[in-house]
Amino acid sequence: MSDSQRTDADRIRTLLALEGDEIKANTRLFNADRYDAVKAVGEDVHERNRTRAREIKEDAIERLPELIHRTRNAVEENGGTVYVADDAADANRYIAEVAEAEAAETVVKSKSMTTEEIDLNEALEEGGLEIWETDLGEFVIQVAEEAPSHIVGPSLHKSREEITELFEREFDPDESLDSAQKLTAFAREFLGDRIDNAEVGITGANFVMAESGSIALVTNEGNARKCASIPDTHVAVAGIEKIIPSVAELEPFAELISRSATGQEIPQYLSLLTPPVDTPTIDFNRADEPGSGAGDEERDFHLVLIDNGRRAMRQDDDLRETLYCIRCGACANSCANFQSVGGHAFGGETYTGGIATGWEAGIEGNDVAEEFNDLCTGCSRCVNACPVKIDIPWINTVVRDRINRGKDPGFDDLLVDGLVPDEEESGTPLRKRFFGNFETVAKLGSATAPLSNAVASTGIARKAMESVLGIDARRDLPAFERTTLRDWAGERKSRVADPDRRVALYPDVYTNYVQTERGKAAVRVLEALGCEVVVPDVGGSGRAPLSQGMIATAEAKAADAASALLPYVEEGYDVVVVEPSDLAMFRREYEKLLPAETQAQLDEGSYEVLEYVYGLLENGADADAVPAGDGDGVAYHSHCQQRTLGLETYTETVLDRVGYDVLTSDVECCGMAGSFGYKSEYYDLSMDVGETLAEQFEPEVDDRTVVASGTSCMEQLDALLLPGTRHPVELLDPAGR
Amino acid sequence: MSEGGAVTGSVTEFRQSLSDLDTPTTVVPPDELGATLADVIEAPAVGAELPFDDLSLADAPVTLDPSPSQLRAAATGVTGSRMGIASLGTVAVESRADGDEFVGLYPSRHVVVIRASDIRTDLSEAFDWLRAEFAAGRRSFVLATGPSSTGDMGALVQGVHGPEEVHIVIIRDNE
Repeated sequence: MSDSQRTDADRIRTLLALEGDEIKANTRLFNADRYDAVKAVGEDVHERNRTRAREIKEDAIERLPELIHRTRNAVEENGGTVYVADDAADANRYIAEVAEAEAAETVVKSKSMTTEEIDLNEALEEGGLEIWETDLGEFVIQVAEEAPSHIVGPSLHKSREEITELFEREFDPDESLDSAQKLTAFAREFLGDRIDNAEVGITGANFVMAESGSIALVTNEGNARKCASIPDTHVAVAGIEKIIPSVAELEPFAELISRSATGQEIPQYLSLLTPPVDTPTIDFNRADEPGSGAGDEERDFHLVLIDNGRRAMRQDDDLRETLYCIRCGACANSCANFQSVGGHAFGGETYTGGIATGWEAGIEGNDVAEEFNDLCTGCSRCVNACPVKIDIPWINTVVRDRINRGKDPGFDDLLVDGLVPDEEESGTPLRKRFFGNFETVAKLGSATAPLSNAVASTGIARKAMESVLGIDARRDLPAFERTTLRDWAGERKSRVADPDRRVALYPDVYTNYVQTERGKAAVRVLEALGCEVVVPDVGGSGRAPLSQGMIATAEAKAADAASALLPYVEEGYDVVVVEPSDLAMFRREYEKLLPAETQAQLDEGSYEVLEYVYGLLENGADADAVPAGDGDGVAYHSHCQQRTLGLETYTETVLDRVGYDVLTSDVECCGMAGSFGYKSEYYDLSMDVGETLAEQFEPEVDDRTVVASGTSCMEQLDALLLPGTRHPVELLDPAGR
Repeated sequence: MSEGGAVTGSVTEFRQSLSDLDTPTTVVPPDELGATLADVIEAPAVGAELPFDDLSLADAPVTLDPSPSQLRAAATGVTGSRMGIASLGTVAVESRADGDEFVGLYPSRHVVVIRASDIRTDLSEAFDWLRAEFAAGRRSFVLATGPSSTGDMGALVQGVHGPEEVHIVIIRDNE
């Protein structure tokens, strides 16, 4: 392990210990509530809203210059002012000038990530102003002098006990604040006084509506309404990407935002304000006069629209989607790693969670994104969670690629460039190139097995792998088979005389060199169900290099795989894939790596193995041709990418149909996610995530066979639970009858 | 649906949604509004005059046009709402010169008066209404659903910067 890896490992361990419990409890609750809320409204309706929201965002970002112009006209017509700030310093200077013009002493704020982004509080405090955050979570963070750990719940890493201790230390209250009620009452009174006396109120804006110059604010506490209406001067601060055309386009977002964030159907307060509002100004200096003190002050409104890197993101084909983000935090809540360590590990200077890489790369730069980018394992569980369908794993991969390319070439490069067949520029870290070229390692390992396995498992080899490549010595390594799946299949004659269908079984790297048994089982199952099966000569899908951010190599692999497989498709073969992460390549990532037509053809011709078995049975194949389950129990862990593609149910249905009693895990991810779990600095986190899966299956292992669809899931379950996890297709293997 | 269109939202569903939010409701004919308000108000109370031609708070035990001290001291604030959402239990509070915003925010109990005929079925119908209101130049509303709440202090607590309890008075239509 290198020094920087050791520091990362220590930091993650510390956060797991200090914040892990609270983060876990809160994010998992939000996530579970999100699933319930989506089910309650109906998945079809939810999907329609997502599609519509995506369209609106695509269109609005496309037309952004025009919408900024319309917003300015509308706000000015209403009597307010619009200021478009180029960067943080520009925005802060303008806001400070507004406060100065109001002779402000106190500013109250409603929660706003955009003002976190520009460090507005620090800038105003330097000018001698007193700033108070009025969202209770944000207030806690302010008092603790910490950074938010979550986009929606800035303080959700803190327990009630910790907040009590913090408030009692900082405010020395008369009575103990030893309950959530007392803490809330204290904060309400403390902040209420400050809101009443503030000269300026600052809010964010979840949405800005160009046509009317309105803003929409989403809160549960009501503090945004107070900050916007009690001080005479209201400053709303928003990124330029928050603009949508009009109130008509707000509807799908009103449906989506709280449901995605916290599982609420609608927030407690969805405010549509078109400032300056008609609400009279309130004058506490004339506390006993009617009509709110008959305040005769003018209401003043400033909309500060912030660029700060966004216009450049708009021009960037890969980062542009980040601008569609509505800051709901669903990507964070659905992320297994985030659920364990939270945003203090999985985040940059402002934004946290899956989408944070896009934001930080665009706003701060790749160096800030690099600090946490590797915590995205590409499992893709956030893809369906995102209300605007942002391909978050892709953004993370692109940024990873850019970070790789930004590295200075090291002395290893000459050596490595000669040894590996990848397309990467010099400078790509050695370890990434090792994992990214796993296919080459597997080829060598298999050709020299069993010696390679024996050597790799020695203490000296493990120590060397740990110090040079950062592969954690606590992990079992995959054992390579001398006879590959393709060699085995090449020796066989087809067993099906008059096949109903013809299958090209895709020999992914793991199935071909390591987990050959599951490949053989797949061949026998498909034959038993009336298929002719061939195992074509085709290399890796590019998943391994893609995971390391080696996009050029992944592209080359994708082109090779497609050109090897498509002739089969054209001849009427169905491509059947055992490893879900490789099928996910064909269905999702190849959209980015291959010409559209090629991708579509391969996608349409490819199936996950149990999805295919399901199809065969539906079309009349005889289920009695495979062994019956006889009511035996199965504990089934699907695979993250397989679930994202909606394929989990085929395995469940097939196993159920042949007579198994199936229990399916309900965790988002096993925590291994490919190479991630092998890396020494992430080992502890990977095991922490896996613990939840282990806990669910532990009581079942005596009564149920544990099966998993993905290679890395099998490895993780073997490490956590017991040796001997199997692929579902092995249960159907006639040879195992 | 446009202003004054057919009644589409059901009072029963509206009450059920509110009941799920632990928000009590009372349904009364127009002429019982004053007596009902006297029941559901905890004194001292402040109010913003109702946005309906035929209903008024003039005879109710509430202070209209309250001073800042009265706002701060009030236990109850009464406002009207011209739109409710049956499926959600939501009411629209308008930012008007009568000060609905403050009346609905400062006191710990918020009493909202709404006409049964102003209840919409769902958010989609509510947006039809909002679009019509925006077109008519009325463009500042808060869609409020249940009391103010937070989970930031380690448990769900109601009554943060807004009311701790909400009571909805539904005015049955004249038959």
